[in-house]
Amino acid sequence: MATYPEDCLYTREHEWIRVEDDTGVIGITDYAQEALGDIVYVELPSVGDHFSQGEPFGNVESVKAVSELYMPVSGEILEINEDLAESPQLVNEDPYGDGWMVKIALSDPTELETLMSASEYEAYVREEKEK
Amino acid sequence: MRETPCHVSRDEALIFERSHPGRAAYSLPPLDVPTVPLETWIEARFLRPDPVAGLPEVSEVDVIRHFTRLSRWNYAVDVGMYPLGSCTMKYNPKMNDQAARLEGFALHHPLTPEELSQGSLDVLKMLEELLCEITGMVAGCLQPAAGAHGELTGLLLIRACLEARGDPRRKVLIPDSAHGTNPASAAICGYSVQTIPSNERGLIDLDALRRAADRDLAALMLTNPNTLGLFEEEIEEITRIVHEAGGLVYMDGANMNALVGIARPGDMGVDVIHLNVHKTFSTPHGGGGPGAGPVLVTAELEPFLPVPRIVRRADGRLALDYDRPYSIGRVRAFYGNFGVLVRGLSYILTMGPEGLREVAETAVLNANYLAHHLKDTYEIAYPGPVMHEVVFSDKRQRAYGVRNVDIAKRLIDYGFHPPTMSFPLIVPGALMVEPTETECREELDLFIAAMKAIDRECRENPELVRTAPHRTRLGRLDEVAAARHPVLRWRPQASPSRAEAPPDGAPSERIGSSES
Repeated sequence: MATYPEDCLYTREHEWIRVEDDTGVIGITDYAQEALGDIVYVELPSVGDHFSQGEPFGNVESVKAVSELYMPVSGEILEINEDLAESPQLVNEDPYGDGWMVKIALSDPTELETLMSASEYEAYVREEKEK
Repeated sequence: MRETPCHVSRDEALIFERSHPGRAAYSLPPLDVPTVPLETWIEARFLRPDPVAGLPEVSEVDVIRHFTRLSRWNYAVDVGMYPLGSCTMKYNPKMNDQAARLEGFALHHPLTPEELSQGSLDVLKMLEELLCEITGMVAGCLQPAAGAHGELTGLLLIRACLEARGDPRRKVLIPDSAHGTNPASAAICGYSVQTIPSNERGLIDLDALRRAADRDLAALMLTNPNTLGLFEEEIEEITRIVHEAGGLVYMDGANMNALVGIARPGDMGVDVIHLNVHKTFSTPHGGGGPGAGPVLVTAELEPFLPVPRIVRRADGRLALDYDRPYSIGRVRAFYGNFGVLVRGLSYILTMGPEGLREVAETAVLNANYLAHHLKDTYEIAYPGPVMHEVVFSDKRQRAYGVRNVDIAKRLIDYGFHPPTMSFPLIVPGALMVEPTETECREELDLFIAAMKAIDRECRENPELVRTAPHRTRLGRLDEVAAARHPVLRWRPQASPSRAEAPPDGAPSERIGSSES
């Protein structure tokens, strides 16, 4: 059974963001990694790149498909997870921990209000599965 | 356990690994002229230090047996049903190859003057006109080498047209059921991509389209029938919404096999369409040969078509016209994959209008026959009559721990090529089946029986399915390891084998030095 940490906020495109002060860590959810299957490559942006909310910032490739990664909120890339280049399976093994993707400086923290809480996301995923 | 030697055909080595120093597949007569060192003809810096290293040294029988054995492990449309959804793997009539091999076509040099190329120009002109008639468009370009190349060409035409209108725009709308190449083509063309969701019936959500159709809308890229095998019934309303917003409609014609001879995209309000000659018009693809992705357009887009255009002069002769000031320029060397275009023309002329109509009718009938007989066994995400293909899913089999990939691999054991998997993305665990019109009822019944047998196995012995295939020479391959750590190049394991004596003209001391 997939789990959804309470300290994260979620997008409809299945990214999570964990915010501390003005920085946020972003990854994809357990549901997303499960749906994608074995991940073989993660393409991430460069440090210093700016993206607005909803804009694609990279993509993730599994044996099934290539999917875009969307920014949960606007911000500047502070750090990327370099380990994913050699070990993309970290996203499958630990999506909320070692499988994180980018750290950002939030440019507009009010955008966080548009995201889903863990319980809201859980209900959203249940609906998706019904389809 | 003792290792027993087994015949090579059970354990085929790479041709490189079969190399033996000095073996060759030819024997030349003795030289009757003096030997000249290679450096006197070619500057030393352009010569490989060791001209033989890495190339296999094998005899003729080695080569023939190696590749013949490999070919016997292969699966092809000449062997059996190839239900790869969205790829239209129909049988390729041999008549087409015969036409393409006619000396006048096969040996014709692309730089031959126009006056001496009238026959080949006529082939191109005739094909362009026939494709216009089939699609309801007014002009076209046969140069693009395949579907995605056609998409890029079509979008470049749209961009040129909007710029000429003085109204360049930035946004391309693409449904979430589209081919993955569509957003890629739009991005390469400099457009930003916005996804349009499908509604609960699997068709374009018209309200979402209306909301997205703003002043920045350059084009909608639409596949019709879409990748769920469903016809966009509201196509006239869709094209009206886009046109009223000032945008143009691009149609991905990959699924034209469902419409050919019956309905014309030009009559539906489409501005640009590409066709896949290697799908709809039966030319080989998938390792069997290059493709062709002609682009057909309306009168408004005609001035922007790539050069050269093939035009008929006042005296009736055909000529190549490069004097097209609004043209986007060339999109390919010469005139496209000519041999493929000859095959496409041969197919169209062989079938005739009635035959082409029958193609679409039978393709749709075959897909619905499969859908009908398998709908109680496999989930169909968007039920209802389909067009040329049907998308099943593994939803029911997942309860037994079996996924679409396992079902696809098990089909190999039953003698079929697997269907397309995990596409379209909006159907989790998708198995996309396109039988095409070339399969007879007996072959379809065999496929249905195989799919039902696999479903039974999922319930009674899921491990058998999860570990398939079992009847192939190699079992389940580790696709994840292959993708994560691809080995793309063969390298010699130990000391490379090579000729003991250098070939004529090769400097012997250098070969010797690289040996150590």
